[in-house]
Amino acid sequence: MEINEQFPKIYLYRRIVQAKLFIDDHHPENIDLNNISGEAYFSKFHFIRLFKQAYGKTPHQYLMQVRIEHARLLLNQGMPVNKACYAVGFDSIHSFSSLFKRLVGCPPSVYQQNELKRQAEMKRVPLKFVPNCFAENNGWNKEPQFSITEV
Amino acid sequence: MITKLNHVSVFVLDQDSAYDFYVNKLGFKVHTDASMGPGMRWLTVTPPEQPDLEISLMAIAEGMMFKKESAAAMRDLVAKGTFGFGVFECNDLLATYEELKAKGVVFTKAPTKEFYGFEALFKDDSGNWFSLGEKAK
Repeated sequence: MEINEQFPKIYLYRRIVQAKLFIDDHHPENIDLNNISGEAYFSKFHFIRLFKQAYGKTPHQYLMQVRIEHARLLLNQGMPVNKACYAVGFDSIHSFSSLFKRLVGCPPSVYQQNELKRQAEMKRVPLKFVPNCFAENNGWNKEPQFSITEV
Repeated sequence: MITKLNHVSVFVLDQDSAYDFYVNKLGFKVHTDASMGPGMRWLTVTPPEQPDLEISLMAIAEGMMFKKESAAAMRDLVAKGTFGFGVFECNDLLATYEELKAKGVVFTKAPTKEFYGFEALFKDDSGNWFSLGEKAK
């Protein structure tokens, strides 16, 4: 049986998914969530309820999460905090930093410092990041270039 | 007493392609991506809400882990869809199914109400299959 026949309300899910994918693609822009519900042919209330049912978050909460996740990627690449803040769609460093801290558990600058340190260590001593059974199985622990020499 | 599973391996035909599939299509996060020498890479990803379970995307290549014949046999078996590596969970199966389909994920079984739950099956880019179920509400 076709999925459309089995689940006649599948078209509702398709609209919600389109809205979610729109947020994914356009999160750095000034997104008006009222417009998204309109484009999905829903009342705002109905849209929020269905979105939350599907993704466990309201569209606004989801948009904020996508922005913070994108900010993490930019910070991982070494982008300065203020640039990352504006690049993902926030217009205030304060609101960005406080939301980042709430969702990630530390301020963006601390997160970046830790992450860049971790990446440098991953390059310097990759064996620290591989469980020994896998390293042994691949013979990586016998490779001289991976010998752990703390500086 | 064992308390947790923190690493699991999925054998893939190509790590670059697997990275694209698991990160850009499934939405998983990269945990570790370390070069282990020419042509060797330790690549792990985690499901978005399970950061302490690293899924190691292991390349099937002739080398230290596989002999030539074993690598060829393993690649053949993976490509044929022999292996099922696990069961993933989502909040809403119909929405997740529609989203992953829109991103090009191939489903071998559309969402179906079974006696044990609501389930779909999909394949990764190598041919490994996974069950996708809806979290009990």
